[in-house]
Amino acid sequence: MKVLVAVKRVVDYNVKVRVKADNSGVDLANVKMSMNPFCEIAVEEAVRLKEKGVATEIVVVSIGPTTAQEQLRTALALGADRAVLVESAEDLTSLAVAKLLKAVVDKEQPQLVILGKQAIDSDNNQTGQMLAALTGYGQGTFASKVEVSGDSVAVTREIDGGAQTVSLKLPAIVTTDLRLNEPRYASLPNIMKAKKKPLEVLTPDALGVSTASTNKTVKVEAPAARSAGIKVKSVAELVEKLKNEAKVI
Amino acid sequence: MTILVIAEHDNKVLAPATLNTVAAAAKIGGDIHVLVAGQNVGAVAEAAAKIAGVSKVLAADNAAYAHQLPENVAPLVAELGAGYSHILAAATSNGKNILPRVAAQLDVDQISEIVSVESADTFKRPIYAGNAIATVQSTAAIKVITVRATGFDPVAAEGGSAAVEAVAAVHNAGTSSFVGEELAKSDRPELTAAKIVVSGGRGMQNGDNFKHLYALADKLGAAVGASRAAVDAGFVPNDMQVGQTGKIVAPQLYIAVGISGAIQHLAGMKDSKVIVAINKDEEAPIFQVADYGLVADLFEAVPELEKLV
Repeated sequence: MKVLVAVKRVVDYNVKVRVKADNSGVDLANVKMSMNPFCEIAVEEAVRLKEKGVATEIVVVSIGPTTAQEQLRTALALGADRAVLVESAEDLTSLAVAKLLKAVVDKEQPQLVILGKQAIDSDNNQTGQMLAALTGYGQGTFASKVEVSGDSVAVTREIDGGAQTVSLKLPAIVTTDLRLNEPRYASLPNIMKAKKKPLEVLTPDALGVSTASTNKTVKVEAPAARSAGIKVKSVAELVEKLKNEAKVI
Repeated sequence: MTILVIAEHDNKVLAPATLNTVAAAAKIGGDIHVLVAGQNVGAVAEAAAKIAGVSKVLAADNAAYAHQLPENVAPLVAELGAGYSHILAAATSNGKNILPRVAAQLDVDQISEIVSVESADTFKRPIYAGNAIATVQSTAAIKVITVRATGFDPVAAEGGSAAVEAVAAVHNAGTSSFVGEELAKSDRPELTAAKIVVSGGRGMQNGDNFKHLYALADKLGAAVGASRAAVDAGFVPNDMQVGQTGKIVAPQLYIAVGISGAIQHLAGMKDSKVIVAINKDEEAPIFQVADYGLVADLFEAVPELEKLV
């Protein structure tokens, strides 16, 4: 079966971001960008499904600027067969991304679509669920285990109180949680080979999708800084401070 | 304006996060209705009717909604929600699972995990693991929003006397089915609602050593949390994880033991009122956010702390 994986180019998770002085956003000039960690897990899962003989082809798709080709090449080096970039310089909302992905799903007709559960920049946790709504497919969000058998997929999900398993009819949407797998690293030969794999570039216009949004970011500011704390010398002093100064115990 | 709040529950008990969500709805202003979708939810609907400020409870009682499968619940919420100005749910695993599906069905953008209400159409929410706060304005006819519980003080669970109205609509998409679940058992307070949280990280070295934290937590009436490192190492189950990808907590007192303080962990606890860090590495980033830091071996400090409190 064909598996479609969506990946996003985001600021590297180790970077401590800074808010711009004019409060228009976060300063991303000259900041290291990477594949969103949850998307890496999605690619890894697809590759493992292929290694198990469940998946026959992995198509990786990204929606974003021209530079997102770097993340698509990374996914190709990890084992994806071909890539699609829907190029858009704008900052798209989750709904716009889900609509564009829906158009790609219509075109590619995958049996399984794997996304990360959330992107570490916008922290929205929406796109997979929205894509499921638009396609009418079942959704297995926050997956920690994915097992395809016949025409259904069993997804074990991380929920607030523990774990839940649901069975979904294929085609279906799965979003990955951290514990689904440990992503591999791309080897140098595979990085070289990935340069020759096909990468198709599309535009929202060509897909006939409007990316208009009902949300507008008015302002981005730094969170309130915590006042500097103190170091205590002993447990006794700590308990004394908690009881008499902070009055929390 | 009328606001629809989706109740968080397990078919038996109304979850406290619902009260925080109603508090957010009250800040927006207008009539507040609560939807309880599930199976045999009579008691939950009655509890929802008693919430202060709620004027109507809609009870959708059907086997199709028993496990909150989004394929079935989202069409119900989208259908009922069409007549509302706002649809709110707590940013719990259920809320996050269901609401974006509702938003897409209604063809509107969603606003996730708001921490404050600026006006009926403008909200604040953290982005980049809490390292920036975005103010977002929505022009959508129906505003679909998830609410971060720790951003709002809960409304009173008693004092309301809303009418309960049964909803007959049944949606059963047939694309998904519930197989089973495994819930972690705990007698301690729920992590996201606890006044005191004691968390352990990689420095705990193994799962057995968490007994020191459990002993301290029991003495304090606290919940026990963990960093991702402790969960990944298999010391404790994943539902104890505090952070960007786990639970967001904001207790009165957060005690971080053997936790270095990575950005992703801080995202889940830096709104705690008082933060205490116990770590033997005095350079650990956790000390930058801690109100009280103790540079010490946790295996000596934690038992001593337990004796003294």
